[in-house]
Amino acid sequence: MTLIMDNNGVQPELTSIQEENRPKKKKKAIVFKIVAYAVCIFLALLSIFPFWVMFINATRSSPEIKAHGVSLIPSTHLAQNIDYITKQGEFKAMRGFFNSLIISIGSTLCGIYFSTMTAFALVAYEWKLKNAFFTFIMAILMIPAQLTGIGFYKFMYKIHMTGSFIPLIIPSVAAAGTVFFMRQYMKPSLPMEILQSARIDGAGEIRIFHTIVLPLMKPAMATQAIFAFVNSWNQLFMPQMLLLRDKTKYTMPMMVSLLRGDIYKTEFGAIYVGLAMTVLPLFIVYFLLSKYIIAGIALGGVKG
Amino acid sequence: MKSLETENANDVAVEVTTEAPIRHRRLNHNAFGYIFSIPFVIVYLIFHLYPTVYTVFLSFTNARGLDQEKISLLTTNIFDNYKRILDNSSFREGFVNTFAIWIMNFIPQMLLALLLTAWFTRHRNKIRGQGFFKVVFYMPNIITAASVALLFSALLGYPIGPVNDLLVKSGVLSKSYYFMNDKTIARIVVAFIQFWMWYGYTMIILISGVLGINPEIFESADVDGASEFKTFIHITLPNLKPIMLYTLVTSLIGGITMYDIPKSITDGNGGPRNATLTNTIFIYNQIFSGDYNYKNASAASMLIFLVILVLSAFVFIMLTDKDEAQEKKENKKRMKEFRRAQKLAKQGGGF
Repeated sequence: MTLIMDNNGVQPELTSIQEENRPKKKKKAIVFKIVAYAVCIFLALLSIFPFWVMFINATRSSPEIKAHGVSLIPSTHLAQNIDYITKQGEFKAMRGFFNSLIISIGSTLCGIYFSTMTAFALVAYEWKLKNAFFTFIMAILMIPAQLTGIGFYKFMYKIHMTGSFIPLIIPSVAAAGTVFFMRQYMKPSLPMEILQSARIDGAGEIRIFHTIVLPLMKPAMATQAIFAFVNSWNQLFMPQMLLLRDKTKYTMPMMVSLLRGDIYKTEFGAIYVGLAMTVLPLFIVYFLLSKYIIAGIALGGVKG
Repeated sequence: MKSLETENANDVAVEVTTEAPIRHRRLNHNAFGYIFSIPFVIVYLIFHLYPTVYTVFLSFTNARGLDQEKISLLTTNIFDNYKRILDNSSFREGFVNTFAIWIMNFIPQMLLALLLTAWFTRHRNKIRGQGFFKVVFYMPNIITAASVALLFSALLGYPIGPVNDLLVKSGVLSKSYYFMNDKTIARIVVAFIQFWMWYGYTMIILISGVLGINPEIFESADVDGASEFKTFIHITLPNLKPIMLYTLVTSLIGGITMYDIPKSITDGNGGPRNATLTNTIFIYNQIFSGDYNYKNASAASMLIFLVILVLSAFVFIMLTDKDEAQEKKENKKRMKEFRRAQKLAKQGGGF
């Protein structure tokens, strides 16, 4: 675990001192390159193809899709498909979008703010239970929420919280993975001297946290915020348990299951448009932030 | 600005060590270690620990039904719920499915990730466009699993769907095939989606692991004329072991609790004919497609939890034990060399 955090991201640049001019070696190198690029391009196409079909078919009418399942060129029925999916049936993309947005933003803000605070407690202060607390956080890091979900659901039902977004937002205050990452990031980079001088200037600890620590941790917080947001957005199990009874509260991933409804059975274009609507926000986020996301995984690899 | 601040800080450090009142204040501010941990601890106790303990509790009770008046602990056969779950054929089926799907996904995923890692970290014949490939390979991971599953189910649609269309038109199949009604194919499709969504992630983690290995080791291998293949097998792989085990454990936990993809790919109940019924779907169905059978659902959760604990512990013990054994071996070797040196020193006398 710690080993993963230790990567400094420096690419080992090695100077090859061996002669590479010999024709046999050169031929081998060419064969390798052809194979490697072929495999990589194949995998890239494999990643893109399903989404490609989805976006293209979203613009095609059902008869067109029936005639040719796959097409490389978009058609002209996008507006018609959108019209169908927004007016008919229970699938409501905008409602799902806003419900998901509220939950994801809420849980991301809670998670990042309080995780940074907990990490600060673990890095900046000397207290008796500090090491025990950190060991505890490491221990609960990997407990999957699905397996304690039964008790969680029954508890929430008892206190009349099912059908509310609160049980999907507040628990992220105790996000062990985020705390772990923030602590690893903060430990070598938090300048204790600055904290000390702020104390001498009479700043209280809470003010120090808000005016010095939070701004300094912005890069790490941003990286973790992306992952927290996407994780929360893609969550299906917990929202499905808690919000099942109230269709006005459905999140985006829950809306997906409504696309299985009977009225969409023959409306192929409408299904693809609905699917495209559920993934479009993520595509936009990914293409804007992919650089940071890839770097973030390489750094910590803390996921869900 | 920054240098000025550090200068100040130095002054402060001196003051702190000389003046008693400030030292007193310093002791005081450490209490904030507790204060800043309070939100985490409170929320953990209420929203994480209590539900966990409550799940354990429910697994030993007769809890059933949404508005049950009184839940009481089992008195005679306290492991009754567990026994019933272990005898439940759907649970067993779900357990086998979950493992089969996980293995079908994990082995190819790890092999492909290792191959790509070997290619992307080569020192000679570097592959260009790595940034692009990483972004594209990782892309499926960020997309909602439920959407991805429904997309695949639409692509494999019967009687009309793009894959059937392509296969029939190219002459591979004579008529449309109902892929998602075939138990084996349905499992393979779920495993494939899982593989397709996660190999990019595993690859990026492994590459970052390789970049963390001391470059001097690679340099000396290069000087010795070791081939790329040999370097990868004898240097990169052994050094990657901790990270591979980390990926193994996280993937195992994710795999055992897999829910989104099998839930969204067929009828939502693990069809066709329980082929993609996983542990978590089983647990969910005990509550929501029945009569709120809390005792069954919680006992099943605890059994799965136990399996995860045992498997993770097994993996970690395997890792640490081997390291310790290695260390012992090296210590022994060192002792031997030390003794030999002593012997030589004795024999050599004053030399």
